Formats: sequence, structure tokens, C-alpha cells
Amino acid sequence: MSDQITNILLVGVGGQGILLASEILSETFMLAGFDVKKSEIHGMSQRGGSVVSHVRYGKEVFSPIVPEGEGDILFGFELMETCRALPLLKKGGRVVVNDLRIQPPSVLMGQESYPEGLVDRIRSRFPDFLLVDGQKLALEAGNPRAANTVLLGAVSKRLDIDEKFWLTALEKLVPKKALEINRKAFMLGRNL
Amino acid sequence: MHEILSGNEAIARGAYEAGVKVACAYPGTPSTEILETIIQYKEINSSWAPNEKVALEVAIGASFGGGRSLVAMKHVGVNVAADPLFTLSYTGVNGGLLLVVADDPEMHSSQNEQDSRNYAKFAKIPMLEPADSRECKEFTRLAFELSEQYDTPVMLRSTTRISHGKSIVDLAEPVTGLAEPKLSRNPSKLVMLPGNAKIRHPLVEERLVKLSAAGCTMPINRQELRDTKVGIITAGVCYQYVREVLPDASTLKLGMVHPLPRDLIREFAAKVDRLYVVEELDPFIEEQVKAMGIAVTGKEIFSLCGELTPGRIRKAFGLPGGDASAGEKLPGRPPNMCPGCPHRGVFFALNQLKAYVTGDIGCYTLGFMPPLSAMDTCICMGASIGTATGVVKVVGEEERKKVVAVIGDSTFLHTGINGLMDMVYNNAPATVVILDNRITAMTGRQDNPASGFTLMNEPTSRIDFPLLCKALGVKHIRVINPLDLEETKRVLQEEMSRPEPSVIITDKPCVLINREGVFTKGPVYQVDADQCTGCRACLKIGCPAIEWKPGEGKKGKAFIDPLLCTGCDVCRQLCKFDAIGRSK
Repeated sequence: MSDQITNILLVGVGGQGILLASEILSETFMLAGFDVKKSEIHGMSQRGGSVVSHVRYGKEVFSPIVPEGEGDILFGFELMETCRALPLLKKGGRVVVNDLRIQPPSVLMGQESYPEGLVDRIRSRFPDFLLVDGQKLALEAGNPRAANTVLLGAVSKRLDIDEKFWLTALEKLVPKKALEINRKAFMLGRNL
Repeated sequence: MHEILSGNEAIARGAYEAGVKVACAYPGTPSTEILETIIQYKEINSSWAPNEKVALEVAIGASFGGGRSLVAMKHVGVNVAADPLFTLSYTGVNGGLLLVVADDPEMHSSQNEQDSRNYAKFAKIPMLEPADSRECKEFTRLAFELSEQYDTPVMLRSTTRISHGKSIVDLAEPVTGLAEPKLSRNPSKLVMLPGNAKIRHPLVEERLVKLSAAGCTMPINRQELRDTKVGIITAGVCYQYVREVLPDASTLKLGMVHPLPRDLIREFAAKVDRLYVVEELDPFIEEQVKAMGIAVTGKEIFSLCGELTPGRIRKAFGLPGGDASAGEKLPGRPPNMCPGCPHRGVFFALNQLKAYVTGDIGCYTLGFMPPLSAMDTCICMGASIGTATGVVKVVGEEERKKVVAVIGDSTFLHTGINGLMDMVYNNAPATVVILDNRITAMTGRQDNPASGFTLMNEPTSRIDFPLLCKALGVKHIRVINPLDLEETKRVLQEEMSRPEPSVIITDKPCVLINREGVFTKGPVYQVDADQCTGCRACLKIGCPAIEWKPGEGKKGKAFIDPLLCTGCDVCRQLCKFDAIGRSK
């Protein structure tokens, strides 16, 4: 095993299910035999605020947070939050982002507008870029709430981890009654 | 067997493996999950206390009764529990006692970033500081051994990054052979009258000397010699950042941050050319090392404020690295009250009445945020009522009528009740609003003495707020539906103009309570686009379910997201054009 550490950042809005996605990532890496650390902030941020979760794996991981500017993969659940987190990503880093805009309070109240052209802005700086229509594929899998799992599938494709570990982690962490739909959603994302 | 656990989960596991009998806490980010996790171990009697002082006193009793006990709180909780803590240092323990404190450098969810290590020094007790989840579990187990061996309460300090960080932990079986708890009397040790305390104090001082010496050979304090040009003394999550940023530097990793292993520090300092301390917040280790006459660099290059990160440490050492703040300017995304939150209407009314609002700690502190913008002070748990009393004592008669204290159910029972006693006893003519949403919401919906359930989800007695206020001597007590804007505003106005203390109790549950029969979502609302004139009145409550669409119609129109709307009806009451109604 090389000493290389892989750094993943999950970003979005409180309530989007980022914590569960980062749990599944961490579990998968542990099952695959790696050391894993993850970090995030609970509390205030859950009331619709910005959320950043850090997941790192490799032979031996020290810091639970990704050093600034060293993110390998930015896993975005929402476009503006993805744009906000770009400074955390290394040059040439990969971006997988859900094609979703959630308006912050100032936009809802008509005081500011939601920024235009975010997709192009992100793509121009990080050409290794995948825009996923998570909602559409989740519907295809059978439940619009499985969009995160579609994205997780798309992220999984960009990491060199055997498929069986992903599926075992899903089975452990997703509630039984939602498992079949989530498996389907995961594979839809993975095959993008 | 290994699992990925958060620091908090690992502390809970450590308590189980250490044979803890009693665990008690008041919820507070980032410590809350310790007790929420510990309930899976049925061997442990776990409970929420109304505040941290009571939680510690319960743990003290369990210890005196011969059982191992754990008490957990956030950093500011120690301020509340400090009174029993300082004398517990003198009595020592019977069963081992561990106080877990979770600090919040950077104030991710707190009103200050006090450094709890000072409490260990102040109370003259040992403090352990783990650097990941594995150490959280191991140090928790060790803490009970130290507690009993040295007859002392032990503190274990975590920080947000440790409590809410996850890493791999090896699980073990619980210890066996602990003595069964039973009553044993030892009044000269446990009754802290001056005569007894005078005998105990020198023992406390001796204990610290012994612990400092023992710390020099404890495996949790370890020298890691690499390149000796740079030597770094560090502890907790900072150790991980140092290893990340300066992999070649020698480190003295401290697992016990109080008392410091002085001889070990001298030994390490002699081996390295240049000595640094890397620690968050106060120069706690640095000042003690300097007092030993050892040259060391610390806060000259590190901030006293906020948390450290790998990038901030790089910058301090003049190394290149990324800057997280270098991004473009985007609209912010602050936290907000949930759609349907019963606090929203109260703050809307307080804003309209131009009240001077003394605030408190809870979800409703978000009443400070625009567009509600109805909070003028917020100090600590329970402070709103005392603050209001003080304000009305100094301002003129007309301004007095503007003063309103707001406080949640759990916060009122935590320490607000004393403030109300004082307000009534000393006849301060302010208005108190108890925002009873039947749960401790901000920390993630924990039960409390007014919710009717225990931490173990067992039904229990439920505090009757009107009756309680009556017993305290409040003559004017009103119970209102905070989702009825007209009633809320009218009752507030009436009570604010009264030259006597009065209490208004709001009676609607938190929308996040999923216990059956407490909160039920109503039929959702929608905007009739033909009726909507674009007047923006409904935007004044800042509901996340209402979206402004500037491109619609002449002036723009409002839209309600049916997935977010809970049917609270508040926006409908604001619409003068009957454009908002229940979806058909």
C-alpha cells in the first residue's frame, strides 16, 4: 500500500444527507483495509446552513480535516456550496456535483440573486468535472430522495475501490426498507 | 473487532468497557452524542439532568456510593458545574469519576471559546486529552484507573474536531472484578467543613506532585524523536496536524495535559535545537514551560483565537500551502429557523412591537437574524431573565415596557428559573416569554423535565409551566398559540404594558419532534399567483419554504415549496390579498 492519502470533501446544505454519505464512504474505505478519518461540524449548521464533511483514507491518516488546497475529490450536493469549497481542492482535483440549486435566505427573500453560470465557472477551473442529474436518476431508481446515493455511485467510479465494499457499506448503513432503491440508485450513478 | 466511531461514540464505548454504572449530562454541542450513544449499553444508568451542576452532583453521588460514573458537558457547562467540581477535588472519589468536557475552538456552535484546560489547573485535578477516537476510548478507560488510584476526579478534554471526527477504534470487553457499589461512610473525607477541608487541601497538592512525576513514565506522554532540529510539544488534534504538516519534526505528544510531566519536558527540550508548543486557544502548556525556564516559541506565531488547521500551522511556520478563505464572494448561507417553527411568529411580533429582547441559548437565538431581527442580548444559558430584571432597574418608565426576556423550555429549567424567582421576589416589571416547544431542540431534540420522557425514552412526569410560575409567585400568566399572530401580538402588548412581572408561555411543539402525537404536519399552503400582488409581506418572516421569484408578474411573486411547508398558517395571516391558502 502506498503512503498516498486520498482526500474527499463533501459539501452542501444542512439536511441534505451529507453525513450519511460520508459515513458510507468511511465504512467502505475501512472495509477495503485502509486507515480512515473523517470530520464535520454538527449543531448550528444543521439548520439549513453550509455543511462541509472531510473524509480521508490511506495507509496512515493523521489530520481528520483535509489540509487546505489538498482535496482530491469535491463531492458537491449543491452548486453554490460546491463553488464556495473550491479553494479546498488541489489543482487538477476532480469535481462530482449534483445539478441542484438551493436558495439561501437572502435569495429567498429577494435581497440577492442566486449566482449565474456556476457550472461553467467550476468546469473552467476544474476540467475533471461531472455534473449529475441526481434527482432524475433517483426518480428512475424509484425515489427522488435517493439522489445522494446516485452521486455516491458516481464518486465511487472515480476511486479505486472494489465494488463489493461499496455494496457492503450500503447494506450496513442504509435502512433495510430503502436498501433496494439505494442499491439501484448507486449503480445508476456508478455507470455514468 | 474494529469500528469507525466518532470521538463521542468512542468515549461512550470507553465508559462501557470501564464498567461505568452511571452517566449523566446536560446536552451541549459538541458533547451531546456521548450520552445519546451511551444509552445502547443497558448496564449504564444514563440520564439527562436539568443542568451541568446537577449532572455532576449525580455523578458525585454515584461515585460516593461506590460506582464508576461519567458526566459530560460542553465547555461552558463547566462554568455551571464548577461549584461542586472544586470541592470534589478535595473530597476525592470512591468509585472513579470522569468529567468529559468538549471544547469548541472556532465557536462552531458556542457563545465563547474558553479553554477548559484552565479548569483542570484551577481545580487541581488531572486532565487527559485524546488525539483521535482510538485514544478517546483508551483514555476514558485509563481515566477511571487514575481516578481511583489517585483518589481524584479526572477530566477528559475533547474539542469539536475530536468529538465529531471519526476514526477506527478497536473494541474490547468490559473490565471485570470491580467492587459492587454499597454505602460506606467516611464523613471526615466527604463532609467539607473547614476543619476537614484543611486536612484535605495538602493532600490535593501532594496528589498533583505525584501525578506530575508519574506522567513522565505514562505511555500516553511520549517522545517521538525524528529530526531534532525542531521539537514540538503538542496534544489533542493539534498533534495530528503537526504530524501532517511537519512529518520530520520530533514531537512530545502529551496525553495528560495537566499536571504536566515536567521532567519529561526538560528531557525533550534538551534533545532538540528549537522548541515549539502547538496548542489551540490559550498558551496553557507554553506558559508553564516558560515558567520552568525553558525557551519555547508558541503564541508569537499562533493565534490565541479560533482553531488551528494544517493550513494555519503551515502559515505559522512559513511553509507554503492553500488558503481556505481565497474563494469568490457568494451569498452566505446562515442557519435559519425551520419552516413551521413555532418561534417565528413570536419574534415577528416582538420585532413589530420594537421590544428590547434579552435573549438566551437555543434555536430561538436565531431570532437575532434578519428579517426577524428581534434580539438585543444573549449571554449564556438562563441569562435572559436576570438581564431583563437588570435593564428594567435602570431605564425609565416608558422604556421599561419594551423589555422582554425570551427563553426556551429547557433553558428555563436549566438556570432560568432562578432568574424568574428573582424577578418576582424583587418585583421587576419585565415580561418573560417561555418558548415551550417541548424539547431541547438546538442540540438535536433531547428530552428534558418538561417533555414527559427520559433519555431512555421512558414516560415520566412533565413539568407544568403555568403551575410552576404560579408557585414562584407570578400573578400574570398567559398561555398562547404562537402560530396565531394576532393573539401573540395582542397578549405581548398587554403584558408588556403591565407594571408588574408577567409570564407568557407559548404552547406549540418543535416541528422536528418525531414522537407520535406531538407534532403533526398540517395541509400545505400555496400562493394563488393571480391574487399575489408582489407586496412581499410574507417574506418578512424569513420562512425557508417561501421563495421570492423576481421574474414573475410585474413586481415578482411569492411561491411556497410544498415539500418544505408544514402548514403552520403564519404566512397566510400576513397576506392582505388572500393569495395564500391551503392547497387543494
